[in-house]
Amino acid sequence: MAIDVSKKGGSFLIAETDPEEVFIPEDFSEEQKMFAKTAEDFVFNEVIANIKKTEAKEEGAMVGLLKKAGELGLLMIDIPEKYGGLELDKATSMLVAEVISKGGAFATTFGGHTGIGTLPIVFFGTEEQKQKYLPRLATGEIVSAYALTEAGSGSDALAAKARAELTEDGKHYVLNGEKTFISNGGFADVFIVFAKINSEDFSCFIVDRDLKGVSIGAEEKKMGIRGSSTVQFILENVKVPVENLLGEQGKGHRIAFNILNVGRFKLGVGCVGGAKLAFDDTMKYCKDRHQFGQPIISFGMMKNKVANMATNIYVVESMSYRTAGLLDEVLSSIDKESAEAANLIMKGIHEYVTECSILKVKGSEMLDYVVDEAVQMYGGYGYIEDYPVERYYRDSRVARIYEGTNEINRMLITGMLIRKAMKGELPLMEAAKRLQGELMEMPSTDDSDNDGLLAEEMKIIRNVKKVGLLTTGLAFQKFTTSLDQQQGVLGGIADIVIEGYSMESAMLRTQKIAAKGEAEAATVINMTRLYVYETIGKVDLWARELLAACAEGDELRTMLAALRRLTRHTPIDTLGLRQEIADTFIDKDKYEL
Amino acid sequence: MKIGVMVKNVPDTESKIKLSADRKSIEMQGVKFVMNTYDEFAVEEALQLKEKLGADTTVTVFSLGPERLVETLRTALAMGADAAVHLTDPAFEGGDSIANAKVLAKAAEAEGFDLILGGKQGIDFDSAQTLSAVAEFLGMGQAQVVTDIEVGGDNTSLKVRRRIEGGDEIVDVTLPAIISCEKGLNEPRYASLPGIMKAKKKEIKKLGLSELGLSADEVGAAGSGTQVVGYSPLKERPPVKMLEGGPAEQAKELVRLLREEAKVL
Ligand SMILES: Cc1cc2nc3c(=O)[nH]c(=O)nc-3n(C[C@H](O)[C@H](O)[C@H](O)COP(=O)(O)OP(=O)(O)OC[C@H]3O[C@@H](n4cnc5c(N)ncnc54)[C@H](O)[C@@H]3O)c2cc1C
Repeated sequence: MAIDVSKKGGSFLIAETDPEEVFIPEDFSEEQKMFAKTAEDFVFNEVIANIKKTEAKEEGAMVGLLKKAGELGLLMIDIPEKYGGLELDKATSMLVAEVISKGGAFATTFGGHTGIGTLPIVFFGTEEQKQKYLPRLATGEIVSAYALTEAGSGSDALAAKARAELTEDGKHYVLNGEKTFISNGGFADVFIVFAKINSEDFSCFIVDRDLKGVSIGAEEKKMGIRGSSTVQFILENVKVPVENLLGEQGKGHRIAFNILNVGRFKLGVGCVGGAKLAFDDTMKYCKDRHQFGQPIISFGMMKNKVANMATNIYVVESMSYRTAGLLDEVLSSIDKESAEAANLIMKGIHEYVTECSILKVKGSEMLDYVVDEAVQMYGGYGYIEDYPVERYYRDSRVARIYEGTNEINRMLITGMLIRKAMKGELPLMEAAKRLQGELMEMPSTDDSDNDGLLAEEMKIIRNVKKVGLLTTGLAFQKFTTSLDQQQGVLGGIADIVIEGYSMESAMLRTQKIAAKGEAEAATVINMTRLYVYETIGKVDLWARELLAACAEGDELRTMLAALRRLTRHTPIDTLGLRQEIADTFIDKDKYEL
Repeated sequence: MKIGVMVKNVPDTESKIKLSADRKSIEMQGVKFVMNTYDEFAVEEALQLKEKLGADTTVTVFSLGPERLVETLRTALAMGADAAVHLTDPAFEGGDSIANAKVLAKAAEAEGFDLILGGKQGIDFDSAQTLSAVAEFLGMGQAQVVTDIEVGGDNTSLKVRRRIEGGDEIVDVTLPAIISCEKGLNEPRYASLPGIMKAKKKEIKKLGLSELGLSADEVGAAGSGTQVVGYSPLKERPPVKMLEGGPAEQAKELVRLLREEAKVL
């Protein structure tokens, strides 16, 4: 009997989704829009208006903004009501994160506090720890930081050297070690610190800043997000009360990885906010700036860029809120009052760890693409500090590095899918086998509906997902348990899977919008078509590389023939499509649908 | 003290305004509306007075017009107002400032306010006469373009500052009265997230023609002495040209342009 794959992370690869069941930004309630408006007013009037001060690291400027955000309730969104929070849905939480990310370095400060700095206590704290810290974290009365990375252990976080020893009277742990790149470290009151008990058991502690032996290094001089605090955090014989052990001895890795996993989707959607800001500024600049007697926006190559930027923003935005909807759905069935709630919520979010990693990777790469083109469109002025895109270009870069580098996340994407398949949670291998069989039967005809809105594009998306299955199945057959050593293969599969989720998310949103009226959906239909046709070629190339790595001779030839059948398509006039898309955004002056 | 605040919403200053084909109206589709800037000062002032004067002070916000105003009323509630009234009826459509003031005055009368606050003008149509007309209909005193309000000893009068050319005029106002608010009066607060959640539970009362005891011919287009017959946009300005080089070079280039391009020298 088939496993019910609905509500399973990763199931997008093998199942079809009904557009009506997908959450899209057009579904936001009046109240959610009001939350966003408050965040937006705050970001423009307080954060961006003071950006010179924070970028120059003026004493108290950044932490002052965090306190103000606290007064507005922006720090309490993910904290349970019981501990002074609002415990709002993830769609709201993501919408606010999107808007906050227009504030550059402030977004890192905000995420460092509300995400990795607060969630460990929300999910793993004891009742006493929650009562002691959460209400004050919710209002911003105290600020937190997360100290995992060390000079010698970044991606390989479990290799940390920081250590903890229990005192003879059993009342304290004595902590020693040095943590690197700690966001908010300069002004945080409390730190979530990872250290090994007896140099062995990787564990987590809540460390108050005012403890004796705690010190902070100089601020790092960074490429971007210069307004955020990034420092070394040094522990020298710091006596931490035993009740400040967070979670169990030796289970620190659960906290470290889960917190990064559950926080990642916010970083992804944050990239959408940053990209929209860069897009909007660029639009205005290029309409004002004249060369050869015309506004530069009117040149065809500039329009190409406008269309590509908008389309990529649309795709990641669609994927962000689709993921929010999935998370909210699993979380909605949890009784928030139950003693198990925190654990269930974390498990719920963890179900979609693949989707969250996809969002982080795709979001950060989309943002870098958009800010890069923004600088290009500003020309020489884009390279000059007086213009905002110069900063956007520098600020964006870190998103591909922290919260798990994009390489680590690519390994996670493929790794988690395969792990789910092995555990029998997702019938991936069965589907791959069935597909191989299907493809061997000649000639394969897609018997699905061939006309109707976006029918051809839907067929391409279904086939891209099949290419994902085909390559995953083949790679697994070839390398079995040593697949995790094949990074090139893992990365290639991840790229295809990322695009499958990206294309499909845009398609589902477009279909849901178009169901209300095709005329109003013209631009989103165009963007979806552009994205699908632009991406299918890349998928074909990646897949061919993968097949060549996994098979040879006759097998390779058969596989390539199968692939050709899946990626075959007749090109459409994407150049013309781009001009059309660009014109609608030029008319609006900004990213607005 | 019972305080009433009159608010409305206006197109966001970032919005692009388009005229209808016949140039008789403005296309509202796709335009983003926000609370009129000067009305924000009025709401904020009311809330500050409430904080100063204590719990028996109430703040009620009023708005007249289309459904989209509900959003603005909700914002005022989220900022901290106690109650909201939406004046809505097909008969109110197309009214000029005076016809609208008639409706607003009628609604305010029923509440028996000690103080009514509003913005000094709407930043959309700039007529700046609605509040004065309300004062006239209610027979209340009014002070306009106010930048500071102080409540007198026994809550029966206000001392206000009005911005006039070159300085401030200081005026004693006997309550009940109407005050129109100017920039500088205060810094409007943001609606906090908990405030937004509380606002969801507050009711927005709807009142129409019959509830107010008005007849259709005294309100809306029928009750208006003026009628807009068209709009004409300003000519678009040519793009700005930035001159480069040192001061001497710039001056030289400027003179050349004034001579050869602008032909004004
Ligand atoms: C501005 C900023 C703020 C930060 N804030 C915090 C914070 O608040 N708290 C905190 O704990 N940390 C923080 N970090 C640290 C950040 O999480 C790490 O920098 C990141 O995890 C990468 O570690 P690393 O710098 O040691 O790089 P490395 O791990 O040395 O990686 C270098 C390169 O090698 C690649 N690589 C490493 N391992 C593998 C592998 N197995 N397979 C393939 N490729 C691999 C990486 O992808 C990367 O491209 C911050 C960093 C920055 C720059």
